[in-house]
Amino acid sequence: MKIHISNSSDEPIYEQISRQIKNQIISGELKEGEGLPSIRNLAKELQISVITTKRAYEILLAEGFVDSVTGKGTFVSSQNQELLREKKMKIVEEKLTEAIDNAKILGISKREIQQMLNLLYEEE
Amino acid sequence: MENILEIKNLNKQYDGFSLSDISFSLPRGYICGLIGPNGSGKTTIIKLIMNIIPKDDGSIKVFGLDNEADEVEVKSRIGFVHDTPDFYKESKLKIIKEIVAPFYIEWSDEKFMGYIDKFELPLKKKFSSLSLGMKMKFWLAIALSHNAELILLDEPTSGLDPVFRREFLEMLSDIIQDERKSVLFSTHITSDLDRIADYITFIKNGKLVFSKTKDEIFDNYGVIKGGDEITNAKYENSICGYKKTSLGVDALTNNIQGIKTSLGDKAIYEKATLEDIMYYTDKKETKA
Repeated sequence: MKIHISNSSDEPIYEQISRQIKNQIISGELKEGEGLPSIRNLAKELQISVITTKRAYEILLAEGFVDSVTGKGTFVSSQNQELLREKKMKIVEEKLTEAIDNAKILGISKREIQQMLNLLYEEE
Repeated sequence: MENILEIKNLNKQYDGFSLSDISFSLPRGYICGLIGPNGSGKTTIIKLIMNIIPKDDGSIKVFGLDNEADEVEVKSRIGFVHDTPDFYKESKLKIIKEIVAPFYIEWSDEKFMGYIDKFELPLKKKFSSLSLGMKMKFWLAIALSHNAELILLDEPTSGLDPVFRREFLEMLSDIIQDERKSVLFSTHITSDLDRIADYITFIKNGKLVFSKTKDEIFDNYGVIKGGDEITNAKYENSICGYKKTSLGVDALTNNIQGIKTSLGDKAIYEKATLEDIMYYTDKKETKA
């Protein structure tokens, strides 16, 4: 697991943590059943408050990304494949919307974007 | 959650200074920063907890025990780290250890030697020959060797260089790993607390401004910069202090969401640091 905290970011620290862990679960870097560091240990490693870390884990728990086993710790929950796909689709959708918004500001037509998309997709 | 420290309606009157009606508590397993400008009463609170000076009234409970009636037990479970213990100045560290160890029920020589190793402390040197950072480490080693559950630190980082300060903060987060210990530490170097502290207790002129989780503070406080309308009476409840110049108004709010909704893009908004909060609170300054 990798987490980078930015002190100058507008995003609160607990959100930075929960978002980065979420992304790693969705991308498969963190696998089902894998254990997360304890709240206190993560707080120590990142040199941040225990309460902040706890809050980040609570978000992950509430959104079903992790399970908490009393006395054992926090683990990546078994992700419903369909749900996971939906979450991934949502990320792509968000990025595309962002690209479209930018295109509109710059006066790029729908046709031009489609061409761009085709070209980029083939290149990959 | 069990409170390791509980202070209720604490009062202390001196000539020209009074600490009035201070109440706050600290749960077990967390770090609390006690902040405030110089002379605000931080050291007085720590001395009152240690019963070095007697309180006028109110109650101080440590581990659920009264700090005066159960003084011996309370003190044997507190680790007090302070910067100027002059009485030991000319003694070697080894001798100081031999003097203080018998006072503690749970003293462990083994643990002590472990920390001496870990902190790289020279046992054969005189206390006065140590650097400030080493002195702090030594008292911390003593505190940890008698299994202290509450570590009280009075301005531990003032006078330390940034490198050592970071190391020291890492030691503090290490201490609370076992979920049993708590740390209360007073400081005016608030950047030390912006990250590692779980709770912040803010004292000003002998009065409690707030005692909250740091997350709660950063969620609600913010610095706003804009025009004169910020000082308008209708925002009075949300503005904690301001500084007005010919170029505009800089202010501190404890209701950043509310103010954003009302003022919209008539102002700019920034995160408040603890230093901002200390600086702006109760400030009403107008410069032509």
